[in-house]
Amino acid sequence: MGEVIVITSGKGGVGKTTTTANLGTGLALSGKKVVLIDADIGLRNLDLVMGLENRIVYDLVNVVEGVCRIKQALIKDKRYEGLYLLPAAQTRDKNAVTPNQMVKLCDDLREEFDYILVDCPAGIEQGFKNAIAGADRAIVVTTPEVSAVRDADRVIGILEANEIKKPMLLINRVRPEMVKKGDMMSIDDIIDILAIDLIGVVPDDENIIISTNRGEPAVAEGKSLAGQAYRNITRRLMGEEVPLINLSDHDGFLTKMKKLLGFKSA
Amino acid sequence: MLELFSKLTRKRTSKDVAKERLKLVLIHDRANVSPQFLEMVKGEIIKVIQNYMEIDEEALDIQLTKTTSEEGEGQVPALIANIPIKNVKNVGK
Repeated sequence: MGEVIVITSGKGGVGKTTTTANLGTGLALSGKKVVLIDADIGLRNLDLVMGLENRIVYDLVNVVEGVCRIKQALIKDKRYEGLYLLPAAQTRDKNAVTPNQMVKLCDDLREEFDYILVDCPAGIEQGFKNAIAGADRAIVVTTPEVSAVRDADRVIGILEANEIKKPMLLINRVRPEMVKKGDMMSIDDIIDILAIDLIGVVPDDENIIISTNRGEPAVAEGKSLAGQAYRNITRRLMGEEVPLINLSDHDGFLTKMKKLLGFKSA
Repeated sequence: MLELFSKLTRKRTSKDVAKERLKLVLIHDRANVSPQFLEMVKGEIIKVIQNYMEIDEEALDIQLTKTTSEEGEGQVPALIANIPIKNVKNVGK
């Protein structure tokens, strides 16, 4: 029986879709059978981030309305064995799907897949409620900014009220040099405020923008630090214990030179 | 050296400000109750306590917040009241 994991955040633009794409691809690379559901009806983007935008025939709304079978709507990612996408409808609104329909869909997909990742829309209205309806677990994505952390807190409260116990926190776009200067909240600061378990930390990395431009998730590419972070999170999702990467080891050129020359880094 | 200097002259960094502001705003977000509700609770508490002691009504502060439960697992809601006592009455002594 597969597991349904919703990726959510409250605030928009913190990296839900990028996270869904990378974790899904990471799980598939680890030999799991994975389906990604884009639950952001009307603002579909997971297809674009995955580089599958040209292959959409049917969508999520078509499936729940019985226009087509699930199999017909699933897009098989030819690059990664075992990875599938169920795209969102672009010309409908959030009310086109009900929570009950979402539960049924997730239950059907459980039979066939190891992991079902649901990319949640921003906000806490109907679209959000639909997206979390069928979920067993939740990953809450935030960034080290006051607005994102506040919204994450709100979402955590709603998830817990909806019987999705123990949501896991993913802190995205961390900039170690700013944390060091005291100009960005650290991982400990954020955990202290939100009081939930951490699944991982992803550094701010321009490789994410580059890989999104190309429609190729960074997790599949060896050298990017964000890709490495996502590979670690993937392993933690599967139950492995993986230590956090030491972000401050990946200093800028100047700091590296200073260290080489024996200066204590500030 | 620089490090030592910055520690000695340590002023509040922007992340300290962020953390403090967030903590305050979250207390209110988490409470999720109307001000009227809190006023009602406040009124009743004052009534009961006034039977036994004289309190500073002006300085009375009452908040609904969350705290870690003593059994360890997760957060539980808590009502925190700060009630300055002026004088204890002689009733029931």
